[in-house]
Amino acid sequence: MEKKREVWVFVEQESGEIAPVSLELLGKAQGLAAHLDGRVCAVLLGHGVADLSEKAFHHGAELVLLAEHPELETYRTLPYARVVIELVRARQPYIFLLGASPIGRDLAPRIASAVSAGLTADCTDLRIGDFERLGQHYTDLLYQIRPAFGGNIIATIVNPEMHPQMATVREGVMKLGRPEETRHGVVERIEPHFNSRELVLQVLKREMRLPGVNLKNASVIVAGGMGVGSKENFALIHELAAVLGGEVAGSRAAVDAGFVSAEHQVGQTGVTVRPRLYIACGISGAVQHRAGMDQSSNIIAINTDPNAPIFQIAHYKIVGDLRKVIPQMIRAYRGNGE
Amino acid sequence: MSFHCVVLVKQVPDTGNITGKAMKDDGTVNRAALPAILNPEDLNALEMALQVKDQYGGRVTVLTMGPPRAAEVLREALYRGADRVILLTDRNTAGSDTLATSYALKCAVERIVKDLGAYDLVLCGRQAIDGDTAQVGPQVAEKLDLPQITYAESIESLQDGEIVVRRALPLGVETVKCSLPCLLTVVGSANHPRPPSARRMMAYKLAAVPHEYSTLLEQWPEFETEEMLDRYLAERDQKISVWSAADVGADYGRVGLAGSPTKVLKVHSVVLEASGSKEFEASPEGVAALVQELVEDYLF
Repeated sequence: MEKKREVWVFVEQESGEIAPVSLELLGKAQGLAAHLDGRVCAVLLGHGVADLSEKAFHHGAELVLLAEHPELETYRTLPYARVVIELVRARQPYIFLLGASPIGRDLAPRIASAVSAGLTADCTDLRIGDFERLGQHYTDLLYQIRPAFGGNIIATIVNPEMHPQMATVREGVMKLGRPEETRHGVVERIEPHFNSRELVLQVLKREMRLPGVNLKNASVIVAGGMGVGSKENFALIHELAAVLGGEVAGSRAAVDAGFVSAEHQVGQTGVTVRPRLYIACGISGAVQHRAGMDQSSNIIAINTDPNAPIFQIAHYKIVGDLRKVIPQMIRAYRGNGE
Repeated sequence: MSFHCVVLVKQVPDTGNITGKAMKDDGTVNRAALPAILNPEDLNALEMALQVKDQYGGRVTVLTMGPPRAAEVLREALYRGADRVILLTDRNTAGSDTLATSYALKCAVERIVKDLGAYDLVLCGRQAIDGDTAQVGPQVAEKLDLPQITYAESIESLQDGEIVVRRALPLGVETVKCSLPCLLTVVGSANHPRPPSARRMMAYKLAAVPHEYSTLLEQWPEFETEEMLDRYLAERDQKISVWSAADVGADYGRVGLAGSPTKVLKVHSVVLEASGSKEFEASPEGVAALVQELVEDYLF
């Protein structure tokens, strides 16, 4: 019996919680594996994390490859890479997906380099398809789809020859599926071994904030771009969000300019959101930003530039100065109560 | 205590500044029309290396892989304080994905060790603004068998054989200690890169690669032949070293398209299409009408 093709997902965990992006990827992996008549394996490393396997099964894994060791308690490149590279070499997965988180972006290229695999970062879509090149025909390849060159082109990339076909995907790009609590699978324990070379790095201090902003689940988002002009003016964005009971977001330009902090960033290099209502204020609508919000059900755009690309996808359009329009909006909204 | 830092830099099109001039009529971007710059985070990496040199002494070697015009970014490095700059250029490396690029760079770094001595630190920007993958740094580290520290924002301490680095992660800060040598990928918040120094711009005004000699000769007629210019530059250590894939012992099957496991199946340009949106006037009345409609549709 031929071995089933395996779709692997690196399951990232911290402080006893599985990272949402890993759960999203498990769901996506299920779909891919179905096309391939394959199976989904979760790769889980850490210390005292065995009970997270259940959640991996609920979200689509059939097999969990579990490696526990005190040296794996906190993520470090070399010990994690050692374990995962050995697993990849031994088991030859067909596809390997990782979240495009700081950990994923640190680990995935290291693995790809070691096993000479192709790796595509920040994919916005993954599909199974065929490929033809120099007279060779390949079937069932992973199509790795991503914007490139500043978002002005969409590229479909394949790795016909080298496996595993590796890709990283940002949080929120793939939908988080509902867990099926009745699903179970098999846990296979791996015994990791390390030598002193892999343990040369020590983590002296680690201070992580909990993400204070939950943009992914917000039904109303008010977002500001460079057009807001200053951190002081950004107070208008906060005010409108508060009035509407929504969340505050910013474009990459606004974050880079210091108007709002990075956890509010929406876009290809920020988070992807799908709210019921997205109000884009002073946002030009570059492709990278649109990639993060163009699935919003209703989009209102306010911009002084009538040719701003954001208007191409807006359902409601106001060509004007947000510093006047937002207060007018708030006044009209509050006035409606009368 | 002094340190040898090798900095990997890339010349990239300025994708952050796409204006109407760079747009073609069909709504796609004309890459060739974009100005070329030294990748911003690579400039932060160079600055970090120069600060190490300022504080502890030592030298900074800068390497770039690219077409001949990438010599421009090496001059930028010289003007800021690099001691030695090297261009790895070879038609066979065209079309390299990150794996092939990291292989070629690894070969070049190994030649740097042979010619210029061992390094203590390899630094590069976290990611390039054209590819945006952030993969080359970690892949070079893997090929050189070096520990890697990504998202490096500041060197907290540096001594013989050991470095402490603060990493700036999106959700917080991590401080790590590691043995040397190791590789750092540097984030944009790390520092404000120094501008080129006028003194160094004067000192290196002739720094060039051989393919630029014919242009230089037009500007400096006191050099009658390319050989004279070449000798002059060599005597003053102003020659930018140029290496081919063969010069660094790279296997041709592992560079360029041949060495790239990722293949582009297709590319399509994002063309902005006009579509309908309901417009409201930017006035109290117009905004009130919008709000009214949103309330009626249960959106507000």
